[in-house]
Formats: sequence, structure tokens, C-alpha cells
Amino acid sequence: MSVSSNTGTSLRETFSGRSAFIFAAIGSAVGLGNIWRFPYVAYTNGGGAFILPYLVALLTAGIPLLFLFYAIGHRFRGSPPLAFRRLHPKTEMFGWWQVLISSVISVYYAAVIAWAAAYVFYSIDLAWGVDPAKFFLHDFLQSSEEVTVGFDFVPKVLALLVAIWVISIAVLATGVRKGIARLSIVFIPLLCILFGLLVIQALMLPGAEVGLDALFTPDWLKLTDSSIWIAAYGQIFFSLSVGFGIMLTYSSYLKKKTNLTSSGLVVAFANSSFEILAGIGIFAALGFIAVQSGQAVNEVVSSGVGLAFIGFPVILSEAPMGNLLGVLFFSSLVFAGFTSLVSIQEVVISAVKDKLGCGRVKATLLVGLPSAIVSIALFSTTTSLNLLDLTDAFINSFGIVAVSLAIIMTVSAGYGALPVLRNHLNSVSSFKVGRGWQLLAAGLTPIVLGYTLINSIQERLADGYGDMPSLFVGVFGWGMALSLPVIAWLLSKLSWSKKSALYHPDVDGLPVADPIWDEKVDKDLMEKERSL
Amino acid sequence: MSTSAIIMMTVAMITVWGGLVLSVINLKNHPEE
Repeated sequence: MSVSSNTGTSLRETFSGRSAFIFAAIGSAVGLGNIWRFPYVAYTNGGGAFILPYLVALLTAGIPLLFLFYAIGHRFRGSPPLAFRRLHPKTEMFGWWQVLISSVISVYYAAVIAWAAAYVFYSIDLAWGVDPAKFFLHDFLQSSEEVTVGFDFVPKVLALLVAIWVISIAVLATGVRKGIARLSIVFIPLLCILFGLLVIQALMLPGAEVGLDALFTPDWLKLTDSSIWIAAYGQIFFSLSVGFGIMLTYSSYLKKKTNLTSSGLVVAFANSSFEILAGIGIFAALGFIAVQSGQAVNEVVSSGVGLAFIGFPVILSEAPMGNLLGVLFFSSLVFAGFTSLVSIQEVVISAVKDKLGCGRVKATLLVGLPSAIVSIALFSTTTSLNLLDLTDAFINSFGIVAVSLAIIMTVSAGYGALPVLRNHLNSVSSFKVGRGWQLLAAGLTPIVLGYTLINSIQERLADGYGDMPSLFVGVFGWGMALSLPVIAWLLSKLSWSKKSALYHPDVDGLPVADPIWDEKVDKDLMEKERSL
Repeated sequence: MSTSAIIMMTVAMITVWGGLVLSVINLKNHPEE
């Protein structure tokens, strides 16, 4: 084919093959959460016993949902709004909702990567000194005591955040093959090497076995507590990043005949493999500091921003060759985070590109520049930390969980699309799925997601969010989360011009087939197409 | 480390990393068309 699939506006871009797709998908799934969330969640939810609900959640929800979004993206060949538009025009708003969620996440996620990048350099001379908490909050972020949104910029954070945006826009502007895929093909092996070295060094620290003992000693009684199971499903759900629209977008860039389910299994198990490795590395290091400071592991354990920028530097100051360990740890955060950031931004870029029917560079700039400006304005200031914390909590609980629940319910119960999607998966994949898949994807996962959503709503309504003022929580938490579906609905009312990707041919030059909601007719059609 | 912790660490590593190896083998057995 003579048309370049990376620069042309008429044919959809494609990955060069399934390996490129798998690397990109692993790059997206393996993110900051694998390193700083999984070890803590496992430890606080039964330790070694957590592996049981974790595996059950992976097999009964994570992988089935991954297949569902692969099937939607691959069958309907589009960014979330376009794919859902083709599935049924009334579902288009869910695609826009995912796009808006991704655009919000990209804005603050970039800031955390900028912080990690700074800490790679701070590790060299352990710049945080004896008080890493004071260094992080006062010296580095210059965090304001007030919970508000201000515009006092912190020059170092600002410079790094600008750099992160410039690099990510440059990567995304070069396209799916040369930008996104190539980035992951380089960064993911590099991440594995760096993190592997970190784990080896952590395991050699005195006290490492105390940490591993704390992480893996099973507390079987906890398995009778439903909250452990919800925690396992939550971890799998967020870790695989299934509700963001990323997996849907990436699978739309696959060639028509691609082994979807077998590729999905590799992505899912690779993501979990990295989490187990992270658990071992982080807890070996926590065991060391517990022994050094004469405390129990439960007194030194933490997660998220607190673990990375306060807890871990404490360990690095005490550990032999702490500066090397620090460079490995923070570089890992940068590499894991950056490939995820690019994938989140791609959801938004692909949607704009499909809607306007414009080229890759134009779409990247149309999305990248405003996102960068908002990100820099809000998150390189002295008031960034509270806003980041609040936005992250609300977009996860009331954005990703809500949109996923809405999509699963509408696609399955509303439009009965699952048999058609199952046919699609089976027509291109070697690992076949049956009615069991439908039952798990559309039966079990809505129950778990629904329970999680109701739980979060009740908790937030009763307790607010930490000590944050209710006006701040109301505007940037509730206001933000609730406005997204409304804006998404409005966006879905805009018509698709003749120039838009809705009217573009498929990667093989043929028109994208309209959905056929008759299971039998659809199956015959699939078999006919496959035999061609 | 206690025996139960060692067992559970081994179980976690075998199931998840084993799952990765099996899924890669499964994919390799079905080359791209």
C-alpha cells in the first residue's frame, strides 16, 4: 500500500504489528500505581492471602473487561467517541466522557512525572538531607498551607513540567508507529532492567526479609471480609487502566486480523508480573528501614506520593549506595509514568483527530497545547498538591468507575452488543471466549463496580475529603466529576462532518462495516470475512 | 521469613509470572497472519 498510514488523514494509523501494540499496551498499563499502590494494597489487605482475591479479580474482571474494550475498539475502529458512535449513536457520549476523564488525568499525571524527574537528580547527592518530608513539601513544592487554587509558580517544577509536556507532545506528534510504539519498545525493557536492578539491590539490604515476611505472611481470616475482595477488584481495575479508553483506542490501531485475546492475556499478566516485582522491591526496602529504625513494618509503610517522595527518600538516606537506589527508583517512576501519560493523552488526541478528520500533528497541538497550559497553570504552583490529591480521588471514584459501569450496562443490557463483540473476538483470536466471558464482563463486573461507586459516594457525602474545605471539594471534586458527563453529552450532539473519520475507509481501504445486531447474521458475516 | 510467607511469595511468583510465560507461549504458537 502506498499511502503512509502515519501521516495520511484518510487511512487510520496502525501499529506495525501485534508486538508493537503489546509493548504500547504494557507501557500504558504499567504506571505509577503498579509501583506505589499495589504493594500497599496487598499488604493492608491480607498480605500473602491477597494473592487469592487478586488472581480471582484478574481472571474474572480484569481480563474480561480488557477483552471487552479491545473488541469495541477493534470492531468499530475508532477513538472512544467514534467507536461508540458506530456501536450506536446514543452511546457516543460515553466515548466523550472517557476522553474528558483522560484529559483531566493527563493534566495532573504530568506533574507527578515532573516531580519524579527532579528526584532522579536529587538522589545523586541525597539532597533532601535529614528531613525528606520538609524538603518535599517546603523546599521543593513550596506547598502553601492554604487549600485553594493560587498562581504562585514554583520555577523548578514549572521548568520540569514544561519539559515533560514538550517531550510528550513531540512523541505524540510523530504518530502511532514512530512515536507511541517506539517509545514503549525502548522504555519498557529499560524499565524492566532499571527496576530489576533496584529489586536486586533492595533484596541485599539487611532487613529485606523482614519486609517480605510482612508483605507475604497470609492473614487468611481477612478473606471473609468483603472489603478485601473489593480492594482486589479495585487494584486490578485501576492497574489495567481499562476504563480510560486507552485500550479501546490502541486496539483501533490494530490491523484487521490480529489475535486480540492472546495479546490481551500477555498484557494482563505482564502488568501483574510487574506489580509482584514492585511489591518485592518496595517491601524489601521497607523491611530495611524498619530494622534500621527499630520500628515495625506497619509503622513505616505508606503508598502514593507519600511513599515515593517522603518514605522512600528516608530509606535512601540510610541505605548503602542509597543514591544509586534512588536514581533507579525515580527513573523507574519516570519511565513507567511517561509511557502511561502518553497513552492517556493519545485517547484525547485520537478523538479530536477522528472528529475533525485532521492530521496527526494538528490534532496533537490542538490537544497538547491547551492541556499543557492548564497543567502548568494549576500544577506548577504552591497550591498544586491538594488539588492533585483531590482531582485524583474524584476522577478515579466518580469518573472512571462511573463511566465503566455506564458503558458495560448500556453495551450489554441496553444494546445487547456482547454476542456480536464475542463473535468479533473469536473471529480474529486464537484464545476463544464463550458465554462465560459475557457473564463475567456484563454480570459480575457491574455488581463490583456498582458496589464500589455507591460505597465511595456514601463515604464522600458523609466524611467529605480529608480536612479540605467543602467549597474546594465541591468545585474541584464533585463539580469537576459531575460536569464531565454533561459536557460529554453536549459534545455527542455535535454532528460529524464529511471530513471526519466517521466517513474514512478502514486500514484496508474498505468501508468500516456497520454493526449488525443479529447474532447469527453477524457470525456468518465474520466467518465469511475470515475465510477471504 | 516464615514458612507461610515463603510459600505465598512462591505461589504469587509462580501463578503470575507463570501466567505471563504461558500467555507468551500461547501467542508465539499462533504467529501473525
